[in-house]
Amino acid sequence: MCWTRHRREAAVIEGFLRQDGRKGIRNHVAVAYLVECARHVASEIVLPYREAGAQVIGFPGCFPNDYAQKMMERLCTHPNVGAVLLVSLGCESFNRFQLAEAIAKSGRPVETIVIQKAGGTRTSVAEGQAWVAARIEELSRAERVPMGLEELVVGTVCGGSDGTSGITGNPAVGLAFDRLVGEGATCIFEETGELIGCEEVMAARAATPELGRELTRSVEKAARYYATLGYGSFAAGNAEGGLSTIEEKSMGAYAKSGSARIDGLIKPGDLPPKGGLYLMDVVPDGEVRFGFPNISDNAEIAEMMASGAHLTLFVTARGSVVGSAIAPVIKICANPETYARLSEDMDVNAGRILSGSSLTEVGAEIFDLTLAVASGRKTASEQLGHAEFILTYKSFEPIGPACLPS
Amino acid sequence: MSDTSEAPQLLRLAASDNVLVALGPVPAGPARITGGGVLTVERPVTLGHKVAARDIAAGEKIVKYGVPIGSATAAIASGSHVHTHNMKSDYTPTYVLDETSQGGRGD
Repeated sequence: MCWTRHRREAAVIEGFLRQDGRKGIRNHVAVAYLVECARHVASEIVLPYREAGAQVIGFPGCFPNDYAQKMMERLCTHPNVGAVLLVSLGCESFNRFQLAEAIAKSGRPVETIVIQKAGGTRTSVAEGQAWVAARIEELSRAERVPMGLEELVVGTVCGGSDGTSGITGNPAVGLAFDRLVGEGATCIFEETGELIGCEEVMAARAATPELGRELTRSVEKAARYYATLGYGSFAAGNAEGGLSTIEEKSMGAYAKSGSARIDGLIKPGDLPPKGGLYLMDVVPDGEVRFGFPNISDNAEIAEMMASGAHLTLFVTARGSVVGSAIAPVIKICANPETYARLSEDMDVNAGRILSGSSLTEVGAEIFDLTLAVASGRKTASEQLGHAEFILTYKSFEPIGPACLPS
Repeated sequence: MSDTSEAPQLLRLAASDNVLVALGPVPAGPARITGGGVLTVERPVTLGHKVAARDIAAGEKIVKYGVPIGSATAAIASGSHVHTHNMKSDYTPTYVLDETSQGGRGD
């Protein structure tokens, strides 16, 4: 297929310029709880300002974790975020000082409310709302500026897959990915636990043989990890929809990556150095601990956001309804029966491929919608107020030199 | 999808596949295959489920997209539903809820 005849001029979308030179496609105020004990206060602060762009993110654990600290730093300095309010209970272990410093250094307004010092729930909520209202007023005056596709980072995930995912929605996203990569954008696919069985075909697409070996090793690590846990990355609904094994689900999931050369392997929070296609390894390193690598789809969406993803292309077949805090989610429905039932939650009906529409046509629709959403058009989940977020404990070692060949 | 005229009901994803994918609810009896041919389906299957394109021996690889997606745990006759009751992963076990895993029977 030849996308080049569709090629456009460089600046095709519009975003918000940040001090680090990156551009965002949304202008959110993030209200971040630093332990579950502070989440209610954070949610109450956001409540009156949900429509105006305030959103809750956070980390529930009381004990320190380097991965969570890095994730929160990346998310609070994400290009879609214009200001950050940290909500601390006061006695948790999360390093709020380091986080606040990183946000301030990025040029964003930041404030920390410590509930134990502020005087309790009601006082903290009132203080927080006053701060958020002022920031929303400031951010509402920001204007969008031209943004090139080479400045855009797009992630993809699938959730609630079935036997239609691998023949409609996932290959259609693969075509959109090919076109985005061809236009200079950065694209991230992930979930090495759902690439089990595809490692050899995938490694053959790597930019270098050394990277190919790293890709294979990351999938082998996922296979070992899940074998220890006793389950694959496989939910009951996958089987109901006709998928019988993790390998079968993997072949469908793999189609989301398209056919471009794979330029690198990153871990959550690593920023891709240039445009191209990257695999994100989301399975922790070392011995199995802290539970499942991907306890639900939003964990993976948050990890791609931490690596700079401005938005996520989410293929669902059984019918996920989620969106995400901070970064919009475009939902592509692979199953025509599900689309008929849940169309209010879906952005693209890829299931129509089963009744004669071409993959090319749906791939082009996903590409065009990606650009429209990047420039401000709201997705179905944004219109419905979805702003899910989840972050749990993990541990990673840094990527090796072969993972990002120059 | 339209069930009239020549619309195919079973999708062959790769020439070497020994399973075909239901493109919608497929009743028992002869079903049209993409690219031509007919397979007699043993009992109704729902959208996205697999049927055996030929007789498959116990222990043989199940091939879809031209690659193995697991192994047969029993002999599977041509036209039979292929799913967790007669195949398994070569990597990790598949988790199912008994109440929802019968997808081949039709909604």
